[in-house]
Amino acid sequence: MNQEPNHPMVQFKGVVKRFDKLVAVEKMDLDIARGSFVTLLGPSGCGKTTLLRMVAGLEQPTEGDIFIKGRRINDVPIHKRNLGMIFQNYALFPHKTIFDNVAFGLKYRKVAKSEVKARVEGALELVRLPGYGNRKPAQLSGGQQQRVALARAIVIQPDVLLMDEPLSALDENLREEMRREIDNLQQMLGVTTLFVTHDQREALSMSDKIVVMKDGRKQQEGSPEEVYNESANHFVADFLGHSNFLNGTVIGAEGDATRVRLENGGELLAASSQQWFPGDKVEAVVRAQKFQILSDLEVPASRDMNSFPGRIIERSYMGGEVSYFVEQRDKTVIHAMSMVRTRPFRRGEDVVLVVAARHCRLLPKT
Amino acid sequence: MFRISGWSLIRLYTLLVYIFMFAPIVAVVILSFNPQQFGSFPMQGFSFQWYLKLVQNEAILSAFKNSLLLGSLTAVTVTAVAIPAAMAFVRYDFPGKNTLNTLLLTPIMIPEVVLGVALLLFIRWLQQPKSFLLLLMGHVVITLPYVLLVVQARLVGIKRVYEEAAMSLGANPLQTFKEITLPLLTPAVLAGMLFSFTISFDDVTATLFWATAQNQTVPVKIFGMLRNSISPEINALGTVMIVLTISTPLIAGYLIRKFARGGTIN
Repeated sequence: MNQEPNHPMVQFKGVVKRFDKLVAVEKMDLDIARGSFVTLLGPSGCGKTTLLRMVAGLEQPTEGDIFIKGRRINDVPIHKRNLGMIFQNYALFPHKTIFDNVAFGLKYRKVAKSEVKARVEGALELVRLPGYGNRKPAQLSGGQQQRVALARAIVIQPDVLLMDEPLSALDENLREEMRREIDNLQQMLGVTTLFVTHDQREALSMSDKIVVMKDGRKQQEGSPEEVYNESANHFVADFLGHSNFLNGTVIGAEGDATRVRLENGGELLAASSQQWFPGDKVEAVVRAQKFQILSDLEVPASRDMNSFPGRIIERSYMGGEVSYFVEQRDKTVIHAMSMVRTRPFRRGEDVVLVVAARHCRLLPKT
Repeated sequence: MFRISGWSLIRLYTLLVYIFMFAPIVAVVILSFNPQQFGSFPMQGFSFQWYLKLVQNEAILSAFKNSLLLGSLTAVTVTAVAIPAAMAFVRYDFPGKNTLNTLLLTPIMIPEVVLGVALLLFIRWLQQPKSFLLLLMGHVVITLPYVLLVVQARLVGIKRVYEEAAMSLGANPLQTFKEITLPLLTPAVLAGMLFSFTISFDDVTATLFWATAQNQTVPVKIFGMLRNSISPEINALGTVMIVLTISTPLIAGYLIRKFARGGTIN
């Protein structure tokens, strides 16, 4: 439908943003494919919002170029970019009715009156708010307001949908519902979406691609499975999910796996796609969910299983699963999570944490 | 034994302050209905004759017209200046911003006498005669800080995301201002207009310096009348002034509440 379909929808080339001396975004290169759902994930202050605002035209890059459909847009003012934007606090115009809010963007696109009506009503139906046109934003709940904001953004058929933490103002239950709604809508319309969040669950559940950021730098870029299971560095592994980090030194290879001597004297066998050499300082990453918790009587004796005996010092019930903190003999603590069993372990009980080699990954210790 | 507590003393004190403040005003209002030439209590009878005299007094009527015209023009001019100024101060950055902002707010802190003399000297230096335009200029200078403060405060409260959302939907900056910012600013603009009207309508000190025989305002006229005699007409005029200055904001406030339903921002 566009003249040059080979270009990514959005492209960053060496984009840098500085506020006075503070660097918000550092040398960013990123392609966002047509129709994809890309999430910028990171803690607050990592530059993800700044990046989004540069696409929107609300901030100017200090260096580098941004392209939309292959066209450099650095100097294109915001109102000529054809983007749909969703804000954290909805940003519905309080003095306009829902209908006028949704119709706002069409007014500047020379759409005939009769068509405006049809399209606005269509958009409101899409977000399951038909017949709400005459109300004012203040009469709607937070979730409804965000759905109107969504309708307002998609009714103009934007090239890119930009969402800046759109769910964080909603309460927990609503957030889940809204998350699915955005996801469905995006798939149905096939609109390229750039989503900003600090919530890993949102990122993992919705995205085609996740870009993990920290201090203005891209830490890793990949599918949700990639960034979760094959975290590129300590930060990504730590930010996504609950990870344990065990420091050690490589002893040698054992088949496909690598054997590591841990700092506390124990040994660990870790699957590794990478080649390690004896003496390499490494950090083994083990997700809390990957541990099996056994009482010390039922330990299997298997070569490729790692076991960590210890005592439960803290235990918290979290509904579907139980979170345990197990103290080893050398006082280091391992965090393990497991599905609720018929008999949960109690605090003070001696247990053994078991984890298969393939669930242990090695990262270079820096 | 009767004990005097601290609180009852404070209550008494407050009461005295209020009496001290309002008793003279109440006296003026009551005496305006006094049929006698020389006001004294107890009043003998009740009459509207001083109001009747007032309506027939050409000089006072023309002063009234002047005051109303001046107040309205001041209100319009001041808001026309204050809205763009507030936009510049709140939404944009430019060198000398703070200095300029302070400069526009200084008339609040400078005694009106000084302002009055200063503007006169300035006009003299330009070799222009005193005129209605001078009066208008002066009143704009006096009332600008108040309006600027009100509009700025409201503008700070209007979050930028509304404007950003409008622009992302395709509205250019001017359309955004017209469609989003100005409507959200309306309560402050109306309040500012009222402020400036009331201040202009009430002002004596500075206006004394600027008014000519042809364009006297009501307060200046009253001041002039007091120099000759204390006519009961003045009581009637004072009462009218009181009613006007109190009722204008009240009516406006009522109208704003009535028309601005659902227009809350937070």
